[in-house]
Amino acid sequence: MKYLATFVLAAAACTAGQAADYVGLPGGRFESVLPQGPVSTASAPVDLKPFAMRRTPVTVAEFAAFVQVHPEWQRGRAPKVLADARYLQQWGKPLEPGQGLRTDAPVTEVSWFAAKAFCETEDARLPTWLEWEYAAAADATRIDARRDPAWRRQILAWYEKPGGQALEAVGGPPNAYGVSDLHGLVWEWVDDFNALFIAGDSRTQGDPDLLKFCGSGALNIIDRDSYAVLMRIALLSSLNAADTTGALGFRCVRPLEGHL
Amino acid sequence: MSLPLLRRRDALLSLAALGALPVFAHSAHHPPMDDAPAPPPDESVYRLEATLEDQDGHSLAWSSLQGTPVLASMFYTSCDMVCPMIFETVQATLRALSAAERAQLRVLMVSFDPERDSPAVLKKTAQARGCDAQWMLARADDNTTRKVAAVLGIQYRRLANGEYNHSSVLELLDGQGRVAARSGKLGPADPAMVAAIRKLQGRRAAEIRSFSAVA
Repeated sequence: MKYLATFVLAAAACTAGQAADYVGLPGGRFESVLPQGPVSTASAPVDLKPFAMRRTPVTVAEFAAFVQVHPEWQRGRAPKVLADARYLQQWGKPLEPGQGLRTDAPVTEVSWFAAKAFCETEDARLPTWLEWEYAAAADATRIDARRDPAWRRQILAWYEKPGGQALEAVGGPPNAYGVSDLHGLVWEWVDDFNALFIAGDSRTQGDPDLLKFCGSGALNIIDRDSYAVLMRIALLSSLNAADTTGALGFRCVRPLEGHL
Repeated sequence: MSLPLLRRRDALLSLAALGALPVFAHSAHHPPMDDAPAPPPDESVYRLEATLEDQDGHSLAWSSLQGTPVLASMFYTSCDMVCPMIFETVQATLRALSAAERAQLRVLMVSFDPERDSPAVLKKTAQARGCDAQWMLARADDNTTRKVAAVLGIQYRRLANGEYNHSSVLELLDGQGRVAARSGKLGPADPAMVAAIRKLQGRRAAEIRSFSAVA
């Protein structure tokens, strides 16, 4: 009950137009499931700079306030090349989500371009895949719980829930960094979604790694047991920037103050 | 300074001044100017607001490429594997066209690597690859580069060693910025791409003839 009261308060704060709540993440050495080094089959840890991440995904109410100020992003005005026909389709009116949607639920049916435009209004940007993956590696108490089979099962359980149900409010239990809803609520756009391509099918041209893609070849997945993360990558790599879906939302990140 | 940035600042200032009440936020609206040219169609890649810098160091609006069909792709200079083949494929495609068909086409090559592909480097690359005045080699800041790639449906990622993985695609944009054809075939000219360019040029010629007849 106490938990319920907390997120009702948070939702009220959002509708009053209060600044979004960001939390600092220290960054540091991180090992992605995707190869980052020159050898596409071997893991190479990377160093992430500190950054601040929204505690929760952007809500319907927050996005409604955004399209008020930025009419070019209203449904019906945003050009097709930047947002497909499903953009904000569930909203009752272009400026009003309407009765069918909880205003404290994460906004979905938004394109990558629209999500980027929203984040720019908060002097922020979409997280990179690495930033998202790093933040999402934490459970409630550990900053990297990825090796724990129980934690993996818990995330996977979400994917087993039937789709098509109305989305719940943002503000689930925070992880060790204080970030909520990275798992269990929606998929999320990342800034470099179009960097997550996996070996393409170009068999007509000989070696696909040499011809279709430049550099050291297409992605390989190093940690093949991280099904939940792999599903994210598979989804993101299949998207075009104008695409929208009913389960795809976003959150923003920005430089951590004092670390510019 | 780019328009979106101005808008964003205006919006933020208005919100700050009004105590961030969304109710009053409509004061930040910018009504379209009466004498502004008609915006490109809904499907046009030029609906993206972006600024490029060409091989002569000139900065230009992405949407200023409107008016002439464009054969577009992306590359980076220090790439020695696929990128030279992209240039060769474009050259082969141009050679497959008649002089008249060729004259009505521009070629745009946007770099994945704005840090290293300065205008001077782009200019040198253009010379080394035999690109004439019909070609524009351009770069943009990282954020804009990703937006341009996104609108063109091109995928890329920077590797830790400074190389890039990227998809190799030629895109034909019509005069208004709609994607008229795509080809991922490298090497000799793709007959489908050549045919698409001819079709586009034929349609333009017919439009110009009918316009002259009316005038």
